[in-house]
Amino acid sequence: MAGQSDPHISLFSAEEVEFMAEDELIEIVPNLRMDPLNFICGDFGPFLPQIATQVPFWLAVALKKRGKCAIRPPQWMSVENLTQVLERERESQGAFQVLPFHYVEISRLLFDHARDDIPDMYMVRSLIEDIRDVRIHKVETSLEKFSGTSAVKIPNLSAMEVNIIRPFVGRALQAFYKHDNPEKIPDVDRASSAQTRAANNEPRMIMAEEFYNYIQVSKRFFFFFWFAAATEEITNHFQPASDEGTSVLLETLFGESYLVPFSL
Amino acid sequence: MASSAGEWSAEQIDDYETLISTTDVELLKKAWRNEKASPEILPFEEALVKRAKEQIQLMEETVDDFEESGHDPLIVSLYQMDLDRVQFLLRSYLRVRLQKIEKFMFYIWKTDMYRNRLSIEEEKFTERCIRDMGKHLEETVLSKMPDNYQSVLKQSVISEEDDMVPEPQLDTFVVAKCERTTRPLYLDGSRQSAGFNSRQVAIRTLFTV
Repeated sequence: MAGQSDPHISLFSAEEVEFMAEDELIEIVPNLRMDPLNFICGDFGPFLPQIATQVPFWLAVALKKRGKCAIRPPQWMSVENLTQVLERERESQGAFQVLPFHYVEISRLLFDHARDDIPDMYMVRSLIEDIRDVRIHKVETSLEKFSGTSAVKIPNLSAMEVNIIRPFVGRALQAFYKHDNPEKIPDVDRASSAQTRAANNEPRMIMAEEFYNYIQVSKRFFFFFWFAAATEEITNHFQPASDEGTSVLLETLFGESYLVPFSL
Repeated sequence: MASSAGEWSAEQIDDYETLISTTDVELLKKAWRNEKASPEILPFEEALVKRAKEQIQLMEETVDDFEESGHDPLIVSLYQMDLDRVQFLLRSYLRVRLQKIEKFMFYIWKTDMYRNRLSIEEEKFTERCIRDMGKHLEETVLSKMPDNYQSVLKQSVISEEDDMVPEPQLDTFVVAKCERTTRPLYLDGSRQSAGFNSRQVAIRTLFTV
């Protein structure tokens, strides 16, 4: 059915990734006395002044906003450790250093809400930004290398980094996969297209990431347009005005046009 | 059982400990994440959703009690935050499922395997959805088409299968994070084996393992 598909059901927004990170535990030092909190997500506390305790991140941030606690930055967030990580990250081309799965989100939350609790805040911040840049760059260069394959392994990649590359890598791998397995192409009308191909001695249809079929009703015929779009962007901007316009447009976009009269 | 307790491996005890310490919120988060990332509809987590609903209701009552009894507003707001988070998870989980149903309603309805994965409410929803969508297409387009092309499910009367029904694409790639080291998996029927370590993030085709 047209018009109701949502291609983004399976994508996580940055906010949703942050939401997941907020369940990570962190140590806080409360400055108030409070009974244990029996939440649905677990029991936390009791809270006593100057006695450190573990709470989920969202709770730490909520208390911090109200000035009720100090957050103890996690151990990996020290200048020495981060400097080392950055160094090793720069040295090794392919591998990623071990960092918490949610390090991007956690550091971001801390910088936003608990500036005064981080020693050498500006130093730490720029170090983490550098690490992030180096890692993202590494991801990008490693992406250039992989070819048609059924699995890609990337050790130590963090949640936010995965989320950034997920939409692109997923579709790109799918494209590779389809190139490798032409029989897996979800052909709407396999029999007729195979016949047409054989009859016209056409080259095998090019496949790219998305496969769309357009059905247009003209006076006498059903025309089947099927084409592979290089990017989703193109298809989004792509508004067929008329039969003629469509085939011209297909040619300019993909070099070849596939216009098969659907004989009935 | 005392006799078998001695035979438990460290891993099993580990498993058991994580199992009892895992809250329903964690389970719900997992269900939500899986549901969101998979192209097809997954079995409905009936028991889990029921438990979550009960806990939410209980917590709502508690928060109301707190408010009436003049508890510290700070504590009330913290409980409210916890409640909001769980509610968000539950709503988002149910909503993703509804989106999938809307997308693949005809396919889910005619495929027993998928149909059995729905909850009773979702089944009702699917039924209504199909009726409304069918009626809408009927009135706007199909009734004005030639006789041969009036089916909602088929291109034309000569089609043998329902070729206008969108199906979830199952041979797509998913991103997976392994929780522990696995034995080598044979992907895609190939000779190439791949062991996954606990911290590796892998992107692979679904359902080819």
